[in-house]
Amino acid sequence: MADPIDPTDPSHRGSRIARRPGRDDVPAILVKVLLLGIVIGTAIALTPALVAEESWLFLTVLWAVTLILVATYATGRALPAKYLVPGTLMLALFVVFPIALTAKTSFTNYGDGTRNDKQTTVEQIVGSSVTRADDSPQYNLTIATDGDPASGPFTYFLVPQDDPETVFEGTEDGLQEDPGGVTLDSGRVTAVDGYTVLDIKQISAASDALDEIAIPTDSDTFIVRDGTSEAFEGAPTLVYDEDADTITDEASGTVYTAQQQGDREYFVDEGGQRLSDQSWTANVGTDNFKRIFTDSRISSSFFGIFVWTVVFATLSVVGTFLLGLVFAITLNDPRVRGQKIYRALLILPYAIPGFISLLLWSSFYNQDFGLINDITGLNINWFGGSFTAKVAVLLTNLWMGFPYMFLVSTGALQAIPEDLTEAARIDGANGFAGFRRITFPLLLVTVAPLLVATFAFNFNNFGAIFLLTGGGPFSPDNPTAGGTDILISYTYRLAFGAGGVQIGFAAAVSVVLFVVTGVIAALQFRATRSLEDVN
Amino acid sequence: MTQVQGPPPGTTLVEDAPVAKASGRGGGKAPKVKMGAKRWFREVGWRHLVGVIAVAWALFPVSYLVSASLNPLGNVVTSTLIPQAFSLDNYTQLLDEQPFGTWYRNSIIVCAAVVFVQLFFSALAAFAFSRFRFTGRRGGLLALLLIQMFPQFLAAVALYLMFTDIGAVIPAIGLDTLAGYILMMCGGSLGQVWLIKGFFDSIPMSLDEAAMLDGASHVQVFFRIILPLVRPILAVCGLLVFVGVIGEFLMASIFLRDEGNKTLATGLYGLIDADRSNNLGVFAAGSIMTAIPVVLLFLYLQRFIVGGITAGGVKG
Repeated sequence: MADPIDPTDPSHRGSRIARRPGRDDVPAILVKVLLLGIVIGTAIALTPALVAEESWLFLTVLWAVTLILVATYATGRALPAKYLVPGTLMLALFVVFPIALTAKTSFTNYGDGTRNDKQTTVEQIVGSSVTRADDSPQYNLTIATDGDPASGPFTYFLVPQDDPETVFEGTEDGLQEDPGGVTLDSGRVTAVDGYTVLDIKQISAASDALDEIAIPTDSDTFIVRDGTSEAFEGAPTLVYDEDADTITDEASGTVYTAQQQGDREYFVDEGGQRLSDQSWTANVGTDNFKRIFTDSRISSSFFGIFVWTVVFATLSVVGTFLLGLVFAITLNDPRVRGQKIYRALLILPYAIPGFISLLLWSSFYNQDFGLINDITGLNINWFGGSFTAKVAVLLTNLWMGFPYMFLVSTGALQAIPEDLTEAARIDGANGFAGFRRITFPLLLVTVAPLLVATFAFNFNNFGAIFLLTGGGPFSPDNPTAGGTDILISYTYRLAFGAGGVQIGFAAAVSVVLFVVTGVIAALQFRATRSLEDVN
Repeated sequence: MTQVQGPPPGTTLVEDAPVAKASGRGGGKAPKVKMGAKRWFREVGWRHLVGVIAVAWALFPVSYLVSASLNPLGNVVTSTLIPQAFSLDNYTQLLDEQPFGTWYRNSIIVCAAVVFVQLFFSALAAFAFSRFRFTGRRGGLLALLLIQMFPQFLAAVALYLMFTDIGAVIPAIGLDTLAGYILMMCGGSLGQVWLIKGFFDSIPMSLDEAAMLDGASHVQVFFRIILPLVRPILAVCGLLVFVGVIGEFLMASIFLRDEGNKTLATGLYGLIDADRSNNLGVFAAGSIMTAIPVVLLFLYLQRFIVGGITAGGVKG
């Protein structure tokens, strides 16, 4: 191993202590070799499967990770990297990369009805027009999946009826003869290693997905299923002309061209009638972003919801901080007996998993039997009105958040040197003035970054809204925007609610939220100057 | 919901502040000053009053939860703040009729794996940030702070698609597997860097240097000298991560659909979502059993938490 302290590093230059490079133990080296071996071995083992699946992105990432690991640990250089790489890799793969992917998706119309690329969609449309000719070859069909029996991906195992010893494996990519691991029983595949064979019930449950499957053969024909146990090969009546980008119905002579309708393209005839409701993923530029700000359905509620989001996050932070601080100051006096017991009890809410607290509190607001009305003697329909629902959300968040602020404030108070407050007192500052002029500013320096982080957390606190009120109450004249909706809960309902899943649009919303949260946090950090002395 | 944030820069980290206490006036051994009842109340007594109110405010939902779990009828209508009956019906019902054991096991597996990875990787990175000087060091620290401000939920769709693809090649870590879910959660591996770095910074460099003079390598310094010194803090960080992970609901509900893969969060949510009013008792029983180990750990580590957590986390 290399010398752990880089001699060219300015912070250590001129150190008086002579250094000898330390050496790793033999077991440490063995462990290192073993781990690197496992990494490389795994990468090599996965490569054929990835090549077969044509997942080039995945393959690139896999080898990039492998190379980074080998470069970091097999050489004696870049010492800090040896400590930083494991966590950074995880962060890059499962946080940064998904964010980048989200940003990329936000420029497409990806969603229900547009999940496939254009080529696959055309194949599906053409395939669905396959008709049987008198001499169509017939197959005995077994439908199986190596995934979920309800959603696929599905694979057809086909045995020609005139050649019961041959087996084909058919997927959307084409036919493959003689797949391995197949159990053949009287001209029919009954089991396949690694696959689940679908029974009749499962087939009928998945029939919509199965109807879209047309397996291309080498001779411009397709194999489609005929009921649950047979399939036939036939020629399509629709023909796709790649150069003209048209689909022609050879039976009627109608020509369908790709045309934009809304945010997606369809094949339509001259009268604008769609050939199929299937569309495909396409780049739509900044349309999704424009829609967020111009769609009247969205923008009419957007401003109000944005304001409430800011209010919700601000009040949550301020409320929990003040309450926690008051409790901390009160109990942070050495003359108070049982300090430890108080503290132990006050942090209990923090120890209860968040989803439990939220679901529990949501039952507290029941008008007739809920605990809140019970204790206070009120008779309020908390989730019935938008104002009371907002109060309820804030109150719940106050309970959930104050123990953390109590802990933070207690810790910060204890870290303030006693002689400072002592000096203030001697100078004649009474209790409150001393607190306001000395203690509070010092405390704020410590906790400011935490307040910013808590603000950012609450700004996107989907869980709190979703588990408490579900965004409600909803008024009849605006059924999509609820009274307690914050931006993230509102837009996710838009993106995944009625009208089908609009992933591209949801991604655009996520990107906007990333930017808004980041900007607000950066401004707050700047205002509080809390990051200036990071070292 | 699972974000557990690092501490702020410049945070002073005290381990239940023995120093502050010793120098503070009146700490433990200070001479007792007799004071009148009036003065006592003005200076100390009111603190107890506020303290008792605070405790009541903190505990009333907990009391209700306990009471609901012991209520044999188990619905919202008959549940009260103070237990009126003592019946374990809800507990037996939960254990007999629901796969509670499976949820518990799954949650423990996920928590153990994520806590271990996050602590280990965070400690490694914190060591680099604390002990080495390299280009991009400050930028890296700030970037970490910013990135952790975004919930993974914002990229949920991308993660879903990613793990669908991964599952097509390696089914063992695809969607709807605990391993895949754990891997996804490990994206937050650097969540504790700020907090742990703060503690590493408080350990004098001279310790490292002395060890190196004796021929120790940097790896040995890390494992044999630094890590043992911060064990209590690692425990506290681990606890924070644990609370975050065991309560993680959103990503789990997207990732883990199969009944056998459900965690406590998704399982218990399914219970109460099915019938908000009548399943309250069973839900409460499950919540109590979920919360008890966490609460016990909290109480056990209290000493370190209160003093040392000026940093800490944002819990969801």
